[in-house]
Amino acid sequence: MSLRRFAPLLTGALTMAAAATTAAADAERGHELYESRCGGCHSLDANRVGPAHRGVYGRKAGTAPGFGYSPAVRNATVVWEEATLDAWLTNPQALIPGQRMNFRVSAAQDRADIIAYLRQESRK
Amino acid sequence: MSSPIDYRRRGLLRASGITVLSASAVALLAGSERMALAQGGNAAGDVGILNTALALENEAISAYQLGATSGLLQKPVLEVAVLFQSHHKEHRDALIATIRKLGGTPVAAKSDAEVAKALNAAALKSQADVLRLAQRLERGAANAYIGVIPSFSDRTLAQVSARLAADETMHWTVLTEALKEPLSAKALSFGA
Repeated sequence: MSLRRFAPLLTGALTMAAAATTAAADAERGHELYESRCGGCHSLDANRVGPAHRGVYGRKAGTAPGFGYSPAVRNATVVWEEATLDAWLTNPQALIPGQRMNFRVSAAQDRADIIAYLRQESRK
Repeated sequence: MSSPIDYRRRGLLRASGITVLSASAVALLAGSERMALAQGGNAAGDVGILNTALALENEAISAYQLGATSGLLQKPVLEVAVLFQSHHKEHRDALIATIRKLGGTPVAAKSDAEVAKALNAAALKSQADVLRLAQRLERGAANAYIGVIPSFSDRTLAQVSARLAADETMHWTVLTEALKEPLSAKALSFGA
């Protein structure tokens, strides 16, 4: 099986694994976590050390307007949704080698809550 | 707004102390490149992390500059803001030195005007507003330094990241006390 054919199965497996190990995602807690963990570098509506995050859910990596991405992220084919964001926050270098974030969120529940918040805010 | 802490009496602003800290901060990071090579570490990856840290420090320096020149800060809070800005400048200088020793190119700082726009500095109307912005940025910086520790290939740099996080946590604690807000009720409130 080619890697390209295997990718959807892997994404599905990652999603199921994440769901199996975490309680229901809490966007309100995710907001608090976002402010404390991500707020050093990110804002929803402004590019700072990292790109603006409103609209990130469902967006292709490296496409926030006006942000100077690393070549690795700019050229990545990743689309940000549950499984990819979870993999990114677990170990960004493993998902996109050559990226510049390197920040990790070790607890699965924290990642799920942050992702729920990003998804919620991306709808606004 | 008055601060509950007399920072001057505690000697936090002595110029000689700042000079010693600056030299030690540079010495702290110097030599890490040898360890990175000896460990067969990923120096390019570490440079990337250090450059992100440098961008964060540059933003903090601009943020404190905006606060210090806003006319909203009164003594002794103003003096503390200038002191904390000096810490961030020492961090910046040490990061730049290490990035260069590792063969990298330090990222350029954004202008104060760009940072002001990104941080919505126009909305700051009081000393408390400035303190809350600084408090939020310091907490985020501490957590950022903790969050990148597992990604360093050079364990010496990982330790430096922890020391930088400790500085930012100290800043957060002082700012929180100046705002007369409660400290964290639970342990392990940073990072994880």
